[in-house]
Amino acid sequence: MTDTMRVLVADDEPGMRSGVVRALRDFTVSLPDVEEAVRFEVREAGTGEDAISQIAAQPPDILLLDYKLPGISGLDVLDRLAAARSDVLVIMITAYASLETAVSAIKRGAYDFLAKPFTPEELKITIRKAAGRLILAQQARKLAQEKRQVRFQIISVLAHELKAPLAAVEGYLRIMKDRAAGNDPAVYDRMIARSLLRTEGMRKLIIDLLDMTRIESGQKPRELTTVDVCEVAKAAIETMMPEAIDRKVAVNIETPGPAPLTADRGEIEIILNNLVSNAVKYNRDGGRVDVAVRGTPEAVAITVADTGIGMTAEEAGRLFQDFVRIKNEKTRNILGSGLGLAIVKKLAALYGGDVTVRSEPGVGSTFTVVLKTAAPASGQGAGTAAPLAPPAGEGAA
Amino acid sequence: MSDAATVLVVDDDPDFVEQMRLQLTAAGFNVETAGGEREARRILDSRGADLALVDLMMEHADGGFALCHYIKNRKPPIPVILVTGVTHETGLEFDAATSEERSWVKADVFLAKPVRVEQLVREIHRLLKEQS
Repeated sequence: MTDTMRVLVADDEPGMRSGVVRALRDFTVSLPDVEEAVRFEVREAGTGEDAISQIAAQPPDILLLDYKLPGISGLDVLDRLAAARSDVLVIMITAYASLETAVSAIKRGAYDFLAKPFTPEELKITIRKAAGRLILAQQARKLAQEKRQVRFQIISVLAHELKAPLAAVEGYLRIMKDRAAGNDPAVYDRMIARSLLRTEGMRKLIIDLLDMTRIESGQKPRELTTVDVCEVAKAAIETMMPEAIDRKVAVNIETPGPAPLTADRGEIEIILNNLVSNAVKYNRDGGRVDVAVRGTPEAVAITVADTGIGMTAEEAGRLFQDFVRIKNEKTRNILGSGLGLAIVKKLAALYGGDVTVRSEPGVGSTFTVVLKTAAPASGQGAGTAAPLAPPAGEGAA
Repeated sequence: MSDAATVLVVDDDPDFVEQMRLQLTAAGFNVETAGGEREARRILDSRGADLALVDLMMEHADGGFALCHYIKNRKPPIPVILVTGVTHETGLEFDAATSEERSWVKADVFLAKPVRVEQLVREIHRLLKEQS
């Protein structure tokens, strides 16, 4: 980010030009979010033609442009800049401060105007405003660039996460097609089972991705009703029972009483399904899961404790980011999209709450989600990325 | 089969490992498998192998490279085939065409996923023959 802005003053009166040079010589502007004060370096042009060639050689940040120039006029210069899609910020200098002149200049792309004669103070105020606008534009560009970068990374990861199971299924199909694994049908059964598991994983990833997109875009219509979180928890446990029985994982639920919450039922289901399913999946065979739902007038707290593989503090710190899966020898055979907990976190935020984890490697993890009973944010998802810096107050966009 | 060559297959995708095991066993090799860099080192240090088939992307982004390095610094070094499924996403294109590239990445052959088994078996035989 520049700490010196180039100003070009195009005016046929030498006195006017030297006045601008003098006024801005020691002038600095301090702006929020900019470390160094901005200084100004002023160059001069006596005609429109001179201004055009100087802009072509080295575009200034700000152009102070006289309306009435010999040869090509200020408005002509303005039109040429617009045609060249220049992002030079133009301030028109006009001797007849009629509204009409100003409007016609602004319509043709000028940012602001100064009426002659103006005081050094008036010049400085206008320049300060223009500098603020330029800095904001720079910051918005930088943010847009970062956003593109993040999107690219997400797509790259996503492509990889979808390609891996596809390659696995394709590999098994080829072996089966060529009967390349001998004559034991059990071997083929195992290949079929693994293929089904990997396609299921792919489907889960796609569903999670759609959930995430809906939450982030805030476009999913929310139906707020009174939801008993205990009831949703019981349903989530019911859904996971076949896998839990398979793994001999005991699932218990503790609910001192109903826990009503004004909520979108679908969102609460996503939260509980993710937590209960993780607690079973990342458990050891013969382990246990304890689910507790406690309602108070202010909030509903859900805790899901498992006796699973647990994780280190460093791993726990990364856990709620998009596409983070803790990869190690113990998690290798567990299916997951890497989005579930990121979704839980975004949903909890919609209820003014959060999700936290306490964990110990080899002992287990306890996840706690707190959802506030105060009316949840409606419409826009709270998970939405911070909006771009708003344009300067004068409504220029 | 006791004099068959042993191939160590290293990848964090259990299905890729399983598929390689099935196909290389059918092609007459002994197969050892490892799901990560550390497990692979353990096998190399205890039982050894005649050739290693290593995936580039393992639990740590540079797991495959690190393992190749480890293998090539052991005495005696064994041939390494580096398998990668990431060329598209990262734009990285590896090739062991020049000796400079070969010495830098420390792998003898690069194969892109999905791996064609006939090509893989051919490369394994070639590398084992060069070695002896």
